[in-house]
Amino acid sequence: MKKTYDIEVDCANCAAKMEEAVKNTQGVKDATLSFMTLKLKVEFEEGVDVDAVMQQAYKNCKTVEDDCTIYL
Amino acid sequence: MNQKQKNVFYRIILSVVLLVAVSVLDHVVGLPALLGLLLYLIPYGVIGYDILRKAWKGILKRQVFDENFLMAVATVGAICLGDYREGVAVMLFYQIGELFQSIAVGKSRKNIAALMDIRPDYANIMVDGKIEKVDPDDVEIGTEIIINPGEKVPIDGVIAEGNTTLDTSALTGESVPREAVCGTEVISGCINLTGAIKVRTTKEFGDSTVSKILDLVENSAMKKSRSENFITRFARYYTPAVCYSALALAVVPPLVRLLLGMPPLWGEWVIRALTFLVISCPCALVISIPLSFFGGIGCASTHGILVKGSNYLEALSNTKYLVFDKTGTLTKGVFEVTHLYPEDGVTEEKLLYYAAAAEHASSHPISLSLKKACKDPIDGTAIRDIEEIAGHGVRATVDGHQVYVGNQRLMERQQITISQEHTEGTVCYVAVDGAYTGCIVISDVIKPTAQKAIADLKNHGIKKTIMLTGDAKQTADTVASQIGMDEVYSELLPADKVQQVERILDAKGEKENLAFVGDGINDAPVLSRADIGIAMGGMGSDAAIEAADIVLMDDDPAKIALAMKISVRTLRIVRQNIVFALAVKAICLVLGALGIANMWLAIFADVGVMVLAVLNATRALRIR
Repeated sequence: MKKTYDIEVDCANCAAKMEEAVKNTQGVKDATLSFMTLKLKVEFEEGVDVDAVMQQAYKNCKTVEDDCTIYL
Repeated sequence: MNQKQKNVFYRIILSVVLLVAVSVLDHVVGLPALLGLLLYLIPYGVIGYDILRKAWKGILKRQVFDENFLMAVATVGAICLGDYREGVAVMLFYQIGELFQSIAVGKSRKNIAALMDIRPDYANIMVDGKIEKVDPDDVEIGTEIIINPGEKVPIDGVIAEGNTTLDTSALTGESVPREAVCGTEVISGCINLTGAIKVRTTKEFGDSTVSKILDLVENSAMKKSRSENFITRFARYYTPAVCYSALALAVVPPLVRLLLGMPPLWGEWVIRALTFLVISCPCALVISIPLSFFGGIGCASTHGILVKGSNYLEALSNTKYLVFDKTGTLTKGVFEVTHLYPEDGVTEEKLLYYAAAAEHASSHPISLSLKKACKDPIDGTAIRDIEEIAGHGVRATVDGHQVYVGNQRLMERQQITISQEHTEGTVCYVAVDGAYTGCIVISDVIKPTAQKAIADLKNHGIKKTIMLTGDAKQTADTVASQIGMDEVYSELLPADKVQQVERILDAKGEKENLAFVGDGINDAPVLSRADIGIAMGGMGSDAAIEAADIVLMDDDPAKIALAMKISVRTLRIVRQNIVFALAVKAICLVLGALGIANMWLAIFADVGVMVLAVLNATRALRIR
């Protein structure tokens, strides 16, 4: 399953770090983040709890870059 | 400026004023050390508190070596060494740079968004005799909507009432307005120019052309190009490499000096290491490349070329082989009467009249094109005894005359001698009262821009243009030589087309790409097999948009050369940015290590380079 989220982040390198953090979250199969459109597209593994996974992903993003927002 | 940017802006002003005031005071009175420190800490706190907070949070989360950490350490370091003014100024300059960069990025983002601003905000519907504005999402299929002059068509549909002209330039890049009358299909995203129309919707907003295009362009940024992936990979090695270099720079030279019996100068080398770290931030590269691609894609979409991803825009610049489908791609795919060969004593009009009248009742494409070409009015009551002769043609009595219209076999069957045989296109022979009257050639018409398109492509470095078609050899060869194709393969079934493309794919060089251009309906397998599939979108044919990587909204083959031009230009900007950013950084890193570059230059190398790269990237938006 795929879902797209709006995000807020200030610098491009931070965006790259966020993408990496979301990718490494358990339950996420793949993730792409576009700094230009400020959109995050997440592909989830089969049968995971999407909300829980995204909460965790958000937390992981906050760890690598405090100044970011994902509109869940 | 948004609120966040405004806040930073005010803080910058306040901090500058405070810094100047304290400096003047310091200069005139000569402040004692402790009081001086306290006073300088006021502007420092105003401008740098958020950086310090972020740096602290980063340390707690063990995410050191981000920009905030670097700036915090660099400025605190300067203050500890007694350079109060320099410490405050560096932080100030950094914030100004960040603000400028944030504005530049926001602006280019907005520019691109404006280019693609085709999203309609509302639809007018009639409720109890009054016009009401509603969200296009809430309009059901089959609803009649009213579109006034100057408004956007919000949803795909058919005109139920009224005539107008439509500006389709947002979708196709075509600036000449299109006429639309009752019964014409209209596509969302067009702008209604002259008259109010009533449109019966045929799709929901989500399935309408405008939604699909917006979706496609927004998602295109997600498909990353090789250059983008290269930079991401590069950053992964680069960041730790510079961090360790900086650490070595701070520790090794002082230790060596100690061993050599010289004073170690720890402070000096630590500052050099910090300068080195500030220079090293890879942001300029990381941002300017996707921005260039995004600009290129935006530029293409304003010309009616939809590119589904940066990777395709990148691949297009290396395209050396272009394979075309014929019908619908190079030709219009509509049959028209192209030649009339009446016998002596028969006018062209008369010939056409007999043929059109005899075919009057048929809806075969050939009959339709005959009827379309015939200017004389056809009186249905004057035509009797129509008889279709399968595989041959048609027989009818027109105004009392016995008329036969059909192929060569029909003429042979009726023992009518054809004075002159023709082979091009589809040929209709006509005989009236047992005598040969003439022949009409009906063929597919080559698109007016096709020949120029092929010539332009050659100028853009295309090595070979190849045409594949299911049509007869004769027709295919005629079209190909008229347009100037290098190779033609005719009488192919869809599966043969895939085979031909695979054969060329095997023969071409590693770095050379093959693009296939088709009309997308029966070409889907080839479109997906080629390196780049280019479809004639035919004003939003779903099959085409699905199957291809690039969609030409107005079916004009000349747009391929334009797309290549945009692609080459975008790639050039990307390369300029990579080289420029890396070169400036490399030079500054060396200068920093040697102690020649100070913190000011370091901040230029970080923020200045990024701003220049962003400005350069926005050039991708426009093409002459």
